[in-house]
Amino acid sequence: MYSVELINVDKTYDNKQLVVKDVNITIQSGEFFVLVGPSGCGKSTLLRMIAGLEGISAGTLRIDGKKANHLPPSKRELSMVFQNYALYPHMTVEDNITFGLDVKKIRKKEQRKKCNDIAEMLGLTEYLKRKPRHLSGGQRQRVALARAIITNSPICLMDEPLSNLDAKLRAHMRAEIRELQRKLGITLIYVTHDQVEAMTMGDRIMVLNEGEIQQVGKPIDVYNSPANPFVAKFIGSPPMNLTTGLVNREKHHITLQDQLSIPIDPMVLNNIENNKVIVGIRPENIEISSANSQANLSFEVKIDHLEILGTETLIKFKWNNSDWYAKWHGQWNIDVGQSLQLQLDKDSLCIYDEHTEKLIVKPSNIQKQNVREGII
Amino acid sequence: MKNATAFQEKTLTQIDTKWRFVHWRSAILYLLPSMILFSVFLFYPLGKTLYLSFFLTDQQGVANVFVGWENYQYILQAESFHKSIKATLLFVLYTVPTGILISLFLALLANEKLKGVGFFRTIYSSTMGVSVAASAVVWLFIFHPSMGILNQLIASVGGTSIDWLLHPDWALVSVAVTTIWMNIGFSFLIILGGLQNVDEHLYESAKISGAGYFYQLRRITIPMLSPTLFFVVTVSLINAFQTFGQVDILTQGGPSESTNLIVYSIYREAFVNYQFGTASAQSIFLFLCILIVTILQFKFGERKVHYQ
Ligand SMILES: Nc1ncnc2c1ncn2[C@@H]1O[C@H](COP(=O)(O)OP(=O)(O)OP(=O)(O)O)[C@@H](O)[C@H]1O
Ligand SMILES: [Mg+2]
Repeated sequence: MYSVELINVDKTYDNKQLVVKDVNITIQSGEFFVLVGPSGCGKSTLLRMIAGLEGISAGTLRIDGKKANHLPPSKRELSMVFQNYALYPHMTVEDNITFGLDVKKIRKKEQRKKCNDIAEMLGLTEYLKRKPRHLSGGQRQRVALARAIITNSPICLMDEPLSNLDAKLRAHMRAEIRELQRKLGITLIYVTHDQVEAMTMGDRIMVLNEGEIQQVGKPIDVYNSPANPFVAKFIGSPPMNLTTGLVNREKHHITLQDQLSIPIDPMVLNNIENNKVIVGIRPENIEISSANSQANLSFEVKIDHLEILGTETLIKFKWNNSDWYAKWHGQWNIDVGQSLQLQLDKDSLCIYDEHTEKLIVKPSNIQKQNVREGII
Repeated sequence: MKNATAFQEKTLTQIDTKWRFVHWRSAILYLLPSMILFSVFLFYPLGKTLYLSFFLTDQQGVANVFVGWENYQYILQAESFHKSIKATLLFVLYTVPTGILISLFLALLANEKLKGVGFFRTIYSSTMGVSVAASAVVWLFIFHPSMGILNQLIASVGGTSIDWLLHPDWALVSVAVTTIWMNIGFSFLIILGGLQNVDEHLYESAKISGAGYFYQLRRITIPMLSPTLFFVVTVSLINAFQTFGQVDILTQGGPSESTNLIVYSIYREAFVNYQFGTASAQSIFLFLCILIVTILQFKFGERKVHYQ
């Protein structure tokens, strides 16, 4: 199992605009690494550079510690699953799966044996004699997976492999791919624009925007303390609510829209250089204001829209001309148009410098529930 | 109650037949233009040819005496017709495989992503825009025994010049070369179109698997191209059987009937010798030949073709 290292990697197609800017990242061997970002941010480009299908404009790529900038794709010991699967339409499923072995001139008998093993593992045994066009989307996807793993390459690249599937199948395949990766122990680099996939599959995720790394870390850390407002908006559904605030240094608080004031520790206040900040809060940290709440953190809103999802209720309202969301556990009986008194949980706020967009204050009350073994 | 259902059924079938009639009428109306065109230019001439092939005709082509299969017996025994068939088969053999291989080669070259490849694409397909007459005349000059560039080239390297169009052994080859040159434009364009339709990801995936150029060619390009190749082969075959213009301009069927291809032979029989009956019989024979070849091709060739 190999590691992949990108050092100051740039990519430009037209020698004018950088599509990938100064990317530095080390992907550990055996890691499930997810690349996530909005459409057009350069995810596929980065993956194709690792695969060797696209040249690297500047910087260094190391695979297993060895420089690989100019290595042809076949020498990089990797496999790839394409977004449209790129199955050979004129070959049977079996020929598709064994293509990589046939190229390496492995004996037919061995090819068939390996193919049968993998087909069994992925539930494709019945379909080996069919052509890809006679398969369903999920089956095609599994053929593409089988083709990628049969060569035993230490690195596997996947470019949005689930984006053509329906929601239910996608959820199923998420788990299947994750299990497969654990079982084989391969280094997997997985591109997606779906943040649910990013959150649930990766050991680590890397958020990319306009070719630049925004944040790298464990999914849950990225969710809890997004490094900048972009990540805060991108990760999480519905996204984090953001608004601007003004720092009041005498009174040790930040005022939001002249309505709310958030008390700030004077020590922390010293770290804030700019007087303007961006304050963010996750929808689940907005609560119904109780009688004994701190008055300076509650505000009244009119409910615009409501979605009851069974286990949780999603509430949308306008606050200072932007759409805000709150998410509460359980099923709430609220009417659209009704007024509600809400309050922010002051320990769950993310505060960013408005100018540099850097995270200054992280939420302090991250709720993690630990279960000790044997007690449940 | 019973009455009511019977009544309902009756109206239903009435409506049904009425609708069916309306559908038929509009279907016929849509088909009418092409049916008229086909009738005037295809079915009527075909029927008339078949009819004439059983008659002895006068100089104006009016059927005089019914002779049954005699015309067919005559052409099947005539030595000149045997020669003509042999020449045609040889001609097909010379032109079709060579032409398609050259076009495939050029298309593979022109499909590479290189700077200025558009220029070569234009050049390679340009013979499509040249009429048969014009290109035949150009080749007439190239083949000219003394002034032709071909013989001048041979002379400049010290060889003896060849009577390209005047020697019975060379004339058919020369006409074949001309024909290949003329057909390359069309085949090239169709094959290039087929190549560009192949999903680029297939090659990328093969590259990652470590497949070399010729492996990719054999296992991806050619199978993916098979419907296109099949089409080109069919069209080229039919075209080769029907060659006329270049023969008329380059050799007039000579020397000693070595380039007297079937269509040219039909033309001479009908419009030089005024034997419309035997000419029609030859036409029907040619029609059956092409039909059989095409059917065989569909039967055996199509199995190897992969359609998307
Ligand atoms: N071959 C190319 N030539 C020129 N520009 C390209 C080429 N391929 C991609 N780009 C540009 O590079 C940028 C990044 O493209 P890329 O395909 O990497 O995006 P992506 O993050 O994979 O998006 P998506 O989620 O939509 O697949 C885009 O602005 C795109 O227009
Ligand atoms: Mg992409």
